[in-house]
Amino acid sequence: MADGTSVPVGVMQASRPAAARRSSMRRFAGRRSTMGFLLALPLILLVAGFVIYPAFYAIYLSMLNKKMTSFVGLGNFAFLLKRNTFQLVIFQSCLFAITAVVMKALLGFILAHLMHNIPGKNQRIWRGLLLVPWVIPLALSTLTWWWMFDPSYSAFNWILNQFGFANVPWLGVGWIARFCTIAVNVWYGTPFFMIMYLAALKSVPEQLYEAAAIDGANAVQKLFFVTLPMMRNIIAITVLFSLITTFADFDIVRILTAGGPQDMTHVFATYAFQVGIQSGDIPLGASVSLFMFPILAIAAFFVLRGVTRRTKEIAT
Amino acid sequence: MSATTMDATKRAAAHKHKHSLHRQRQWALWGSYIALGVFVIMFLVPPFYTLMTSLKSSAEISAQSGSPWIVHHPTLENFWYLITYPNFQTYYLNSVMVTVVTVVVSMVISVMAAFSLARMGFWGSQVLATGVFLTYLVPASLLFIPLFQIVGALGLINNVWALVLLYPTLAVPFCTWIMIGYFSSIPKELDEAALIDGAGYVQILLRIFIPVAMPGIIAATIFAFTVSWGAFLYPLAYLYTSNQMVLTVGIISDLIRGDVFQWGKIMAACLLASMPPIIIYAFLMDYYVAGLTAGATKG
Amino acid sequence: MAEVSCRKVVKEYDGGVQAVKGIDLEIADHEFVVLVGPSGCGKSTTLRMIAGLEEISGGEIWIGGDIVNDVPPRDRDIAMVFQNYALYPHMSVFDNMAFGLKLRKFPKDEIKRRVDEAARILDIVPLLERKPRALSGGQRQRVAMGRAIVRNPKVFLFDEPLSNLDAKLRVQMRTEIKKVHQTVRTTTVYVTHDQVEAMTLADRVVVMNGGIIEQVGSPQELYHNPATRFVAGFIGSPAMNFLPCRVQDGRNGGLALRVTDKITLPVPPDRQDRYGKYKGREMVLGIRPEHLFEYHEQGKPNWTRVDLPVDVVEPMGMETMVHFFVDGAPVCARVDPATHAEPGEMLPLTADLNQMHLMEPDTGRVV
Repeated sequence: MADGTSVPVGVMQASRPAAARRSSMRRFAGRRSTMGFLLALPLILLVAGFVIYPAFYAIYLSMLNKKMTSFVGLGNFAFLLKRNTFQLVIFQSCLFAITAVVMKALLGFILAHLMHNIPGKNQRIWRGLLLVPWVIPLALSTLTWWWMFDPSYSAFNWILNQFGFANVPWLGVGWIARFCTIAVNVWYGTPFFMIMYLAALKSVPEQLYEAAAIDGANAVQKLFFVTLPMMRNIIAITVLFSLITTFADFDIVRILTAGGPQDMTHVFATYAFQVGIQSGDIPLGASVSLFMFPILAIAAFFVLRGVTRRTKEIAT
Repeated sequence: MSATTMDATKRAAAHKHKHSLHRQRQWALWGSYIALGVFVIMFLVPPFYTLMTSLKSSAEISAQSGSPWIVHHPTLENFWYLITYPNFQTYYLNSVMVTVVTVVVSMVISVMAAFSLARMGFWGSQVLATGVFLTYLVPASLLFIPLFQIVGALGLINNVWALVLLYPTLAVPFCTWIMIGYFSSIPKELDEAALIDGAGYVQILLRIFIPVAMPGIIAATIFAFTVSWGAFLYPLAYLYTSNQMVLTVGIISDLIRGDVFQWGKIMAACLLASMPPIIIYAFLMDYYVAGLTAGATKG
Repeated sequence: MAEVSCRKVVKEYDGGVQAVKGIDLEIADHEFVVLVGPSGCGKSTTLRMIAGLEEISGGEIWIGGDIVNDVPPRDRDIAMVFQNYALYPHMSVFDNMAFGLKLRKFPKDEIKRRVDEAARILDIVPLLERKPRALSGGQRQRVAMGRAIVRNPKVFLFDEPLSNLDAKLRVQMRTEIKKVHQTVRTTTVYVTHDQVEAMTLADRVVVMNGGIIEQVGSPQELYHNPATRFVAGFIGSPAMNFLPCRVQDGRNGGLALRVTDKITLPVPPDRQDRYGKYKGREMVLGIRPEHLFEYHEQGKPNWTRVDLPVDVVEPMGMETMVHFFVDGAPVCARVDPATHAEPGEMLPLTADLNQMHLMEPDTGRVV
């Protein structure tokens, strides 16, 4: 009764009448993918019209002269690189992003661990309180910081005075102002790191710690041999994410210092705004923001790699 | 007999050991609470100070007598001023209008696209999914100058509708990305069961996918809301008259006139403007957190 | 209700991999047919092609006299029960069962009547208002079946519906499915990898392997007359023992099977002619554990005694399984639990050779 054993011959015969039908089957499958394409079309148009096109347009703009009448090639970039102010901007952008991200990553890690220590039912309220800086729109909370740094009314200076210290010109002196912008960014971004790390910590199986404890690991060894390796990927993704957003930050510097004093806090975004929008030199402004691109592209590459790897991890 | 005494001493030692272990844990717990408390205080200083200042009169602020951290003669005059101030009303309405339209448009676009990318693979859909994620990584500050020219060419400079056009670019990529994650986690058998039950693709999306992925929809909606409510660069660059402005820029440009800082009013305005996100956050914290973490863990 | 037929059905995936290599299968009206085979044998793919969830790469599928190759699933008038139940998590049990009817625009009272009746058959009336996540595995399984029943379709398709249940519940639901089929008599195609499920449920079992049908037949047929070595090894638990042997002349003029230097078994008289043409060839002897048992002096006279060293003993209560090695090939025998068997000791065994099978080693064909 071995029915299907002599099949190969049958297949050959069957495939001929089936060929005619196959076209209609393909049409059926085609409808499905057409429908899929149509559903994705608004997204494609949006991204093409307001992301991809402007990106190329920016490159074009950056190669024009100020009045946008003639083509100057890479002249704007060369001009910028020679300017002292712009060299400062590069330095400050890197300083701002790297210092802030390192601080956020460290504080976030500590906070996540503290949160992980306390019983689950109490975590909600603490998490609720600790996330507040992230919830308030940054432009608005920065206004409060500005007010707290105010030269004549600073609430921080009042505290310093109580302890007998002199007033600090928070936003008036270059390095202090730089510190202030970074501090605000750390205040704002740490909760994000905490939440990401906490989620990662919770995903580490408890048995691993138990196994490590039985193998004789102490708390520090557990951290280095269990926690960190298990969280490595999510730490990397979070840091890169944050690096991108911090690097491109505009709100804090713009509101707090507007780049001052003496351009000592300008970052790419604020400088591009000042040059491009306020002074009306669109091509030069476009060139300034384009300087962000290579750094962002490298970071994006690593983020994407991390995300794909993580997806595979979840899948397996 | 000696055996029993030995047992007893051993037991006592074990008991003592257990006790110290317990105490050690207790200390770690209290230490964590104290450290967390310090962090909470540091984190909540600015909002607290916003509240205090908003309750002060201009006279009290400029008098500079006593601690600035507490309010001596609380008054609601700042809030009253803002609520009855036509410009502030305009900013608020503009913000609400822009945000509502942005959220609706963004969610429609991203839910449709996510359904398509998660389930209805077409030529190039994989590339598109990756592209969507990359777009999310493109910050607003990279493109605002060419967009200034584009917005200008469309005749939308100093028009609040320009924001409705541009804000979705900030929200849609991330929303799509997390919706792809949520949709992909729905078992394939569910759409197959629906197909056999007689549903078409649109019905599967509306009657199965959207209800099942509701937590994801809420998380994405919250994200879209937060982004468009708090955006600062685009309105600052493209709007300049007060009838078109939204809250984030309106507060700064309106309440700061030259060197005159009306801090009481500014802080009250900040508080009022921060209310919607904080209220949403208070009621939907879990979805909010899910949305935050989804970016790296889903999809 | 309807008959289903597959004619030279082929499923080929992109890249030329053939999951189903042209199968022919006629399923009669009211029949309960089980497709069984190891994972990757093409049984699920076949079922999904009948459902319309997979495109058919070649051949034809007919349901109730219509060719359905191009008919989308919703118009095929079929219902399917999935392995993970695929209940809509946001809908109540009632809505889950009513969804298909609602989409087909049935009147409200008709929907209610049908759902209530199905719920009564399946004994889930008290659950109608609950959400799927509040149900146990067995209850979900019932709801999934209910969703199929209310539609009153031409064909029921089951895709490994019991795999997610624990062993005890599986047996219980198996009976339940059989009972439902006896009540509604809908043509049923049922896919499983569990041969016990296949044997207990089916009117006819289809054994598939490597994208082809190895054998179609009633459970008894498959058990007693397997067509191939694959079927012989797949059906029955514990699995049939296979021993290489050579067909040669026996002692009293008849044929004998030489298994090892020490073991030679006489071929039963009624099979002498059948095996005669294989004399001198290397073959494979297949014998089920239940046909290998301890040797008794008072047993049938022509049963040969073979002494084997015991490797592992597995008492099961009703019977005891004893494992041996014969020339490196594992052999299992089912002996009386009263038998004394210790690992390492010799146990006298005998075989009921009237129940043996002889196969060609290269083709696997049972001769």
